Amino acid sequence: MANFVEMPIAKAINAGLRKAMSDDAKVLVFGEDVAQLGGVFRVTEGLHAEFGDSRIFNSPIAESGIVGTAIGLAMRGYRPVAEIQFDGFIFPAFDQITTQLAKMQNRSEGFHPMPVVIRVPFGGGIGAVEHHSESPEAYFAHTPGLRVVTPSNANDAYWMIQQSIASTDPVMFFEPKRRYWQKSQVNLDSAPLDLHSARVVREGTDVTIATYGPMVHTSLQAAEVAASEGISIEVIDLRSLSPIDFPTIIASVEKTGRLVTVSEAPNSFSVASEIAARITEECFFHLQAPVLRVGGFDIPYPAAKLEEIFLPDADRILEAVDRSRAY
Amino acid sequence: MNENDSVPMVQMLSPEGEFAVPKNYAEYGSYIERLTEEDFLKFYRDMARCRRFDNEATALQRQGQLGLWIPAIGQEAAQIGSGYGVGHGDHIFPSYREHGVAITHGIELMSILKMLRGVNHGGWNPEETRFHLYGIVLGSQVLHATGYAMGVKFDGKVNTGNKADDLAVISYFGDGATAEGDVSESFLFAANTQSPIVFFCQNNQWAISSPTASQTRVPLYRRGEGFGVPGIRIDGNDVLASYAVTAKHMDDARAGAGPFMIEALTYRIGAHTTSDDPTKYRSDEEVAYWTARDPLKRFEIFLRRQGIGEDFFEEVAEAGEKLATEIREATFALKNPDMEDMFKHVYSQPHPVIDEQLDWLKRYEASFGGEN
Repeated sequence: MANFVEMPIAKAINAGLRKAMSDDAKVLVFGEDVAQLGGVFRVTEGLHAEFGDSRIFNSPIAESGIVGTAIGLAMRGYRPVAEIQFDGFIFPAFDQITTQLAKMQNRSEGFHPMPVVIRVPFGGGIGAVEHHSESPEAYFAHTPGLRVVTPSNANDAYWMIQQSIASTDPVMFFEPKRRYWQKSQVNLDSAPLDLHSARVVREGTDVTIATYGPMVHTSLQAAEVAASEGISIEVIDLRSLSPIDFPTIIASVEKTGRLVTVSEAPNSFSVASEIAARITEECFFHLQAPVLRVGGFDIPYPAAKLEEIFLPDADRILEAVDRSRAY
Repeated sequence: MNENDSVPMVQMLSPEGEFAVPKNYAEYGSYIERLTEEDFLKFYRDMARCRRFDNEATALQRQGQLGLWIPAIGQEAAQIGSGYGVGHGDHIFPSYREHGVAITHGIELMSILKMLRGVNHGGWNPEETRFHLYGIVLGSQVLHATGYAMGVKFDGKVNTGNKADDLAVISYFGDGATAEGDVSESFLFAANTQSPIVFFCQNNQWAISSPTASQTRVPLYRRGEGFGVPGIRIDGNDVLASYAVTAKHMDDARAGAGPFMIEALTYRIGAHTTSDDPTKYRSDEEVAYWTARDPLKRFEIFLRRQGIGEDFFEEVAEAGEKLATEIREATFALKNPDMEDMFKHVYSQPHPVIDEQLDWLKRYEASFGGEN
């Protein structure tokens, strides 16, 4: 009998971190306010009491310093797990992530493995002020040398954080902050998939939706509504944004002939754009309609009272499904 | 010549080659007392080797053999002295002009030429040599050094009770890099954690065309103060001061004293790189002033006063010519890297996109029917 426990995503990441820290003394957790407070989202709550200052500590409020020292610690043989407090605060660290962390293995010809995980709560929907609701994943998926993943449920969160820490490549770990307290079953005994595999979370035959992170939940809502109207939607949770598990998407599109992508990020130059381009190359003769993208608009993330209009919801997704089916 | 010239600094060899240890710097003087004549000769040999290497590399760049050259001429005392002040277990995080430090830690000079020819990004093993790859993005390597030093501290490798087990880290950077946020953040992280690191700033007075005054309103050795990193200025053209002050503060760092900053006041006699034209932004008089303070000449005068004879200097000059011939020939013989090399080590594990692109490139190249 597998050992299942129901918990929210935030607690699942916490449990995954605890497991990784217990299994390997080289795992260090640091970032702004992660110690006694447990982070502003309490994801690291209790870890400081359990592991102490030598394993989890508050860093100065200096994101470039957080990532830059994580690189040095990795060179020393540690496995740093650095938290960036909010998506919109990652940019002071952008240089260290893209010019240093991402390239260090390549430029050192493999002498420096880079087992660094950067945890980033991302996405909107929490009524926050500016710079707290963004979806910057494409910048990192565009950067060779990084791996980019995002769990959408507690089981994946528990296992993917551990798999990311075990990786000898740097991993950007995007956490769907508005789903932090959404509960689901976690299987404590075995990992469901490897880190970079996508999962078909709902089978269907008419249209494929490829989505990730916070939009998996929304896409499943849309699929449920569509089902009541006799439309069968297959929903794929990408889980990994770099690399993307294209074989899973291709197999689905070969079956349905239609693909809609769903994400919160602005569509232009996005993960969705990459999927659209690639599926057009790989599945041209299977497509019954062009790949359609449902995303945020190409504007700065708006003030909170407008975010429900900015963010895709089930209706926006179904509008795209209808357009796809109309071809 | 420099608005901060009135700042006191550690100097043991005057520009005229007179050796004297001021009383207030006696703690540094004791490090010189331990040196043997052979150590002095080694310092000179390596400074001269660095200079000859530098001149030959500039020539190779002019002949189109290197894409770029980054001269360190004028900074040999700062680099060779401090390089030998670093212990064998210690880790070094250099910027891109640290050819002299590289010499003191056994980096093959051809590795540096390969990098500037465009064969690879350095290629030496940073774990084995303890000399890390050149940092190109200004200040970036200082944070890596700080993180490394934090790791050393977490490992308990400071003040262990057995000096042979203690470790410290040194990071090199220039006056220009001090303006980067990464350097300030390094001071903060190092001070907060009291990690074993020495910040070695070579103030060569020019950041490409910008004078040091455009990076700071106060002398740079004080830059760390507000973060809790004390500092000192040394005469960077005095190889003995550079050696002694580095050795002392690396010892202190290994013993648990926390971070320290050394500002070595020196001068970049050459151009920023072979792409630069310093005649556009600085005067001949200024260059002449500093050329007269050439660190090699200063040390040569000192050695001659110590009774070192002409034979030695002739031997060093001959070794320089031999080195120049060797690296010239080795550079001509350098092979271009394999096409596949650029796809290697992007990730440590197989990656579908990269594997697919390399397969495609191989098929594409093969489609022309000939050799790659």
